Amino acid sequence: MKKLLSIFAVLAFAFSAHAGTLDDVKNRGFLKCGVTTGLAGFAAPDDNGEWAGLDADMCRAVAVAVFGDRSKVEFITTTGKSRFPTLASGEVDMLARNTTWTISRDVNLGFEFVGVNFYDGQGFMVPSALGVSSAKELDGATVCIQTGTTTELNLADFFRLNGIGYEALPIETNDEGKENLFAGRCDVYTTDASGLSSTRAAAANPDKWVVLPEIISKEPLGPLVRHGDHQWGDVVRWSLNAMIIAEELGVTSENVDAQKSSNVPEVLRLLGVEGSYGEMLELAPDWAYQIIKQIGNYSESYEANVGPDTPLEIARGLNALWTQGGILYAPPFR
Amino acid sequence: MNEITQSRKPPVATTGILGWLRMNLFSNWVNSLISLFVLYILFQFIPWILNWTVFAADFKYNFNGEEIINREMCSRVLDPETGGACWAIIYVRFYQFMYGFYPREEVWRVNLSYIMLAIAIVPLLFDKFPFRKHFLKFTYVFPIIAFFLLNGGLGLEPVSTNKWGGLLVTLVLGCTGIALAFPLGIVLALGRRSNLPVISMMCTLFIEFIRGVPLITLLFFGMVMLPLFLPEGIDMDGLARVLVAVTLFQAAYMAEVIRGGLQAIPQGQYEAARSIGLSYWQMNRKVVLPQAIRISIPSIVNTSIGLFKDTTLVIIVGLLDLLGIGRGALADTTWLGLAYEVYFFVSLVFFIFTFGMSRYSLYLEKKLKTGINMGAD
Repeated sequence: MKKLLSIFAVLAFAFSAHAGTLDDVKNRGFLKCGVTTGLAGFAAPDDNGEWAGLDADMCRAVAVAVFGDRSKVEFITTTGKSRFPTLASGEVDMLARNTTWTISRDVNLGFEFVGVNFYDGQGFMVPSALGVSSAKELDGATVCIQTGTTTELNLADFFRLNGIGYEALPIETNDEGKENLFAGRCDVYTTDASGLSSTRAAAANPDKWVVLPEIISKEPLGPLVRHGDHQWGDVVRWSLNAMIIAEELGVTSENVDAQKSSNVPEVLRLLGVEGSYGEMLELAPDWAYQIIKQIGNYSESYEANVGPDTPLEIARGLNALWTQGGILYAPPFR
Repeated sequence: MNEITQSRKPPVATTGILGWLRMNLFSNWVNSLISLFVLYILFQFIPWILNWTVFAADFKYNFNGEEIINREMCSRVLDPETGGACWAIIYVRFYQFMYGFYPREEVWRVNLSYIMLAIAIVPLLFDKFPFRKHFLKFTYVFPIIAFFLLNGGLGLEPVSTNKWGGLLVTLVLGCTGIALAFPLGIVLALGRRSNLPVISMMCTLFIEFIRGVPLITLLFFGMVMLPLFLPEGIDMDGLARVLVAVTLFQAAYMAEVIRGGLQAIPQGQYEAARSIGLSYWQMNRKVVLPQAIRISIPSIVNTSIGLFKDTTLVIIVGLLDLLGIGRGALADTTWLGLAYEVYFFVSLVFFIFTFGMSRYSLYLEKKLKTGINMGAD
């Protein structure tokens, strides 16, 4: 009965005035964040059932920004097909689900990508026994391809551009692609380079597989929110930027307390010692301090989840800071 | 001819193990060849699989006696030649496989529900169970108890269905789907055969529509389209939406199975029931349905097993059932590449349940002698 009443209350509320997502999240008491059903390094449950990965950290960072508590987040698993309707219908407040930022998704689907937390690109992996050194030699190959993703379209473009043919073997999940490739049902597996790294790491003998040098697409993966709620978009955008800026400024989860008495003005602004940036976002003054304290800066999250010391062994590459040869760049914190 | 003929023993070649072998495996040269071939395959395969799954396998410790906490410590990764399965991934994540992300301090509620499920279901299955009548009363209230126990409410901490996972989700989907679809299927089957055109048309339309689309489509409809139609702010629970889709799907199939049984009942049964003054519902409840359901048992169990396995499709809409949890485990960088172990374990669990169901149906068929043509005698 109580539930019924609350449904009516919500109904009446929904018809009268619609509050912003930030208020919804605050009232609810936790963040609903859409993640993948499991992708190595990005989001997967660990042995204790805690979600871990680069995208999971993104969700936690936003939860910390709003509540100052990394546990105030509920992870909603979504598949490649269900992620957009789930966000559009308001079932999740944001998606951090290795989703490529494209014009059609940004504009036509009515979402807003707030940044990039991983620069990826589509590559090819083949057995080394195939003796191929370039993707342009793959004429007539059977390619395992995940349906409903941008990789499918990129693949068609690449082969058409080079005037070579291929046979597609449609698959649904990364696992399926892995098994099909290892079993020899397809000659080539194509997906984002990060995915290929995890596939290779999972192989019984990683040396038997090579990732070809061609990267045929730009795949900027980033968190997204619904179009039109700029206040909420700003919260998610600056949660990500705070992590990147923290790396730039050398603020880590370990030295963040000492940095509060730093003499660098931008550090003081970031940590909420000076200025009223938290107020502008309608967050606590120390929101960024808490993100760095509880989650770490971008580099810490990267190294823990996908970096060279993890089984995935993905070098920073494009994801290094702009000062270190990469393209990771956040607008100034002022 | 007034001597009593001494009864002779049957020829050795037709009795005992030898006789059975001869009758069943080596009755002619084609069968003999096939039998030898199959024996050869089994001989090759069984020692290997036993060795891989049991003798050379790691359970908690690897061959160095260290407790396994990641893939690199598995014997089969350290030494691909001799190492068997690395069951540590199942051991370490057993909780997740059974309960998903259900909070540990509340897990007694799931365990209690499992125990009560057994108490509710066993008396239902075996009619010789002592005090069956009293237990059956419990069976009727069990779904309500289980709902509050698992979901929370009535003073219990609410646990969002988003945290449910693993075998818990598989069982909730399977049991609820089968339990709700059965009565719904009976109503639909009777409705389709009804003389009232509106009822019969509506039932036919419903059944044909649901049977005409794949389960995945229904799941997508429930998961993805439904929230778009609902006003903003209304959150229908994800698991509930999937449950509705699964139940409707199963009900349509169940209805057709039961309709098959109804059609096998001779017209004389209906007429006889009517002639002694039974009403429509009395006739169905006391005469027609008991016979129709009895004939349909194999098909009912068949569609139920089908549904139980189809529940794995919910991964498509982002629910982590037993298989989904397994896939999640494979995406953890700690355990990358142990796919055989995970899929073997998941299949084993599914096999235990489905094999149990099919054995029970055999027992039931034997008990009720469904093979005999009941209408004729």
